[in-house]
Amino acid sequence: MQIIRKRSIVDDGWVHLADGDVVPADGDVLVSLDRWHAERENLLGRSGRLGVVLPNTIDPRELADDLPHLAVVAVHFPIYRDGRGFSIGRLLRERLRYKGEIRAVGNVLRDQLLFMERCGFDAYELQDGKNLENALEGFEDFSVTYQDAITPRSAPRAR
Amino acid sequence: MYRYDEYDQKLVRERAAQFRGQVERRLSGELTEDEFKPLRLQNGLYLQLHAYMLRIAVPYGTLSSTQLRKLAHIARTYDRGYGHFTTRQNIQFNWPKLEDIPNILDELADVEMHAIQTSGNCIRNITTDPFAGTARDELEDPRPYCELARQWSTFHPEFAFLPRKFKIAFTASGENDRAAMKFHDIGVKLVEKNGERGFEIWVGGGMGRTPVISKQIRDFLPREHLISYLEAVLRVYNRLGRRDNIYKARIKILVNETGPDRFREMVEAEWEDTRDSSLRLTDAEIERMRGFFTAPNYESLPDSDNLLAQLREGASALARWARNNVMLHKQAGYSAVTLSLKEPGTPPGDLSDAQMDTVAELADRYSFGELSVTHVQNLVFPHVKTSDLEALHGELAALGVATPNVGRLNDMICCPGLDFCNLANARSIPVAQEISERFENIDYQDDLGELALKISGCINACGHHHVGHIGILGIDKRGVEHYQLMLGGSAGDDASIGKILGRSFPADEIVGAVEKVLKKYVDLRESPEEPFLQTYRRVGDDPFRDTLYGDVLYADHSKT
Repeated sequence: MQIIRKRSIVDDGWVHLADGDVVPADGDVLVSLDRWHAERENLLGRSGRLGVVLPNTIDPRELADDLPHLAVVAVHFPIYRDGRGFSIGRLLRERLRYKGEIRAVGNVLRDQLLFMERCGFDAYELQDGKNLENALEGFEDFSVTYQDAITPRSAPRAR
Repeated sequence: MYRYDEYDQKLVRERAAQFRGQVERRLSGELTEDEFKPLRLQNGLYLQLHAYMLRIAVPYGTLSSTQLRKLAHIARTYDRGYGHFTTRQNIQFNWPKLEDIPNILDELADVEMHAIQTSGNCIRNITTDPFAGTARDELEDPRPYCELARQWSTFHPEFAFLPRKFKIAFTASGENDRAAMKFHDIGVKLVEKNGERGFEIWVGGGMGRTPVISKQIRDFLPREHLISYLEAVLRVYNRLGRRDNIYKARIKILVNETGPDRFREMVEAEWEDTRDSSLRLTDAEIERMRGFFTAPNYESLPDSDNLLAQLREGASALARWARNNVMLHKQAGYSAVTLSLKEPGTPPGDLSDAQMDTVAELADRYSFGELSVTHVQNLVFPHVKTSDLEALHGELAALGVATPNVGRLNDMICCPGLDFCNLANARSIPVAQEISERFENIDYQDDLGELALKISGCINACGHHHVGHIGILGIDKRGVEHYQLMLGGSAGDDASIGKILGRSFPADEIVGAVEKVLKKYVDLRESPEEPFLQTYRRVGDDPFRDTLYGDVLYADHSKT
C-alpha cells in the first residue's frame, strides 16, 4: 500500500499481522503489543524488521527496553478526535529518545498531519479512500509555529 | 496592548486560508459533516438551532477601538446588526452564512483578530480580570503572562484533541478575584513570595453539570516555569482524562478521581523532565511581553479620589452611575468605567453595530482607544480622566449603556438559551428580561446592594447559575419549561456553589419566586450594609425554603 513517509508518498512493504496470522519467516511485519509481549523471542528470531502497534492508552515509558528492537512504532488513533497519540509521539521522541519510525495508523486525517509531525510522527497511513496527494498539502497549512515541540518554534522567542 | 508582528500576522492569515480550504472541501463533499465538525469547532463555528454561530476570540478581554469598529462592520455586513459578548470575554455572531466565514476571518486578520480555538476540545480563550492594568489591588498587570500562554496554546500540536474543552484564567489581585479563577480547568494567580514573582496553580474547577471548586496544586511556581508547568498539566490530562463519557471528560473529574495529591505528583513528575527545557521562559521573553502592556500616555494629574467621591453624592443619574459603574484607578486622576450591557429590554451582552461604532469613537476620545470585555458581559473603558466622567456619562446614557446597575440585581449573566441554542432546555433571555423589568427601579436595586444573579437555559451552565448569589437553571419538565432556583453561589475568592432548596417553578412563577427571596433577605439582613450572600451564609437555607415553599412538603429536587 501507499503511505506518507517524511512528507512523500511511498510504497510501503510493511505487513500488518493480525494476532492469529502466521508469522512469515522474512519481510517487515507490524504486530500488536500483546503479540509482541507473548511471542517476543520468536519475533526477534526472524530476518525481517519488526514494528509494534501501540494502543493509545499505554504509557510508552513502559516500552523503554523494547524500543531498541523495533524499527517502527505505530500509534493507533481509534478516532481522529482521540488525541492521546500526540502525547505518545512526543514521549517516544523526547523522553525515550526513540530514533525509529513513528507511524500514525487508524483514523488519521489530513488536517492533523502537521500536528502529528510536530509531535514526532514521520509516517502516516491514511484511511482508505483519502487522496494522499491532497493530504500532503496539509503539511503546508502553517509556516508559523509558537511552541517548541519535536520541531522547534518558527516564531523567535524574544523577537 | 499586544500588537502583532510579522509572525502573528502570518499565522492568522494562514489560518484564514486553511479554513477557506476546509470549507471548500466540506461544500464539495470531500469532508463529511462528521469530519468537518471538529475542524469548524476549533474555529468557533457552531451549528445552532437556526443558523451557524461564529465566536471570535478577544484574548483576555482586551479590545482596541479599531477592532470594535471591525466587529461593528461584521455585524452589519454579515450578520443581523448586532453581536453578543460572552462570559469568556469573547464576542459571538448568531447569523453568519458558512460561505461568508472565510471572508470574515480575512477581515478579522486585518485587525489582528481571529476565531482560533474559541470552541472545540482544545485550550480556549484565556481570560483575566477586566480591570487588568487599572486595578489598585493588582500586584502587576497579568496580561503579559496571558499573552505568553495564549501564544503557547495557539495551535499547540499536542493538545488540539483533548478529552474536552479546557479553560485557563489568570488573576493578579490577591483576594479580589474578578476572573472566577476557581471555576476554571486551570486557575493561575500571580503572587509574590520573598520578593519574587510567581504563581499559585489551581486545577480542576468548573461549572457544567458537575460544578467543582478548583484545588491548589502549587502554592508558588517561579514565573519562568509558567509554560512548562501548564504543559505538564495538559499532558497528564490529555493522556489520562476520561474519553468514554463526555460528561466525565473535564479535568475536574480526573482530579476528583485521582485526588489532588496524586494529581500533583503526576504533574510534578512530568514537569521534572521539562522544567529546564526550552519551555523555560527567559527574562527577555517576559520583559518583551511586559513591554506591550505599559501604561498609556497618562496626563500628569492630581489625585481624583475626592472628585469621584463628590460625583457619587446624591440621587442624580450621574451620581448613581458614578457609584455603581465607576471604579477607582491606580493612576492619579483616572477612573475605570463599566458600560452596562444590561439595559432592560435588551438581551444581556448584546450590542448593535451602531452602538459598537459609537462606543469605539468614545473609547478613542475618553480611554486611549482601549476597552475590555468583562466575564459578566459588560464593557470597560479602562482609562478615563475623572474630570471627564460627567461628559462621558452623558454620551453613554444617550447610547443606552449607562444604566447604573453594575454589580446590582439586573447585572445578570444570561446564556442565549432556547431562543438560539440547540442544547438548551428552556429559554433564559425572556426570564432575564422579565426580571430586569420587574426590578427596574434602581433605588430598589441599590437598596438590595451587591447581588449576582445568573441564568442558564440548561445544565451546561453557560450562564454560570451555580455561582450566582441567586442562580436560575432552566429545565424541561415533561415538555414544559421549568426553572430551578438556587442560592448562595459565589465565583469569587470565597468560591461556593449554589444550593437548590426545593421543587422547580414554571415560567410564570420563577420571577415571583426571586421576589420572595429578595423580600426575605431584606427582612433578615442585620443592616442595609449586609449583602445578600453574607445574610444567606449567616442564616442558612431554612428561612428561604420556608418563604418559597411554605408548608408544602419539600420535594427532593432530584425527583423534580
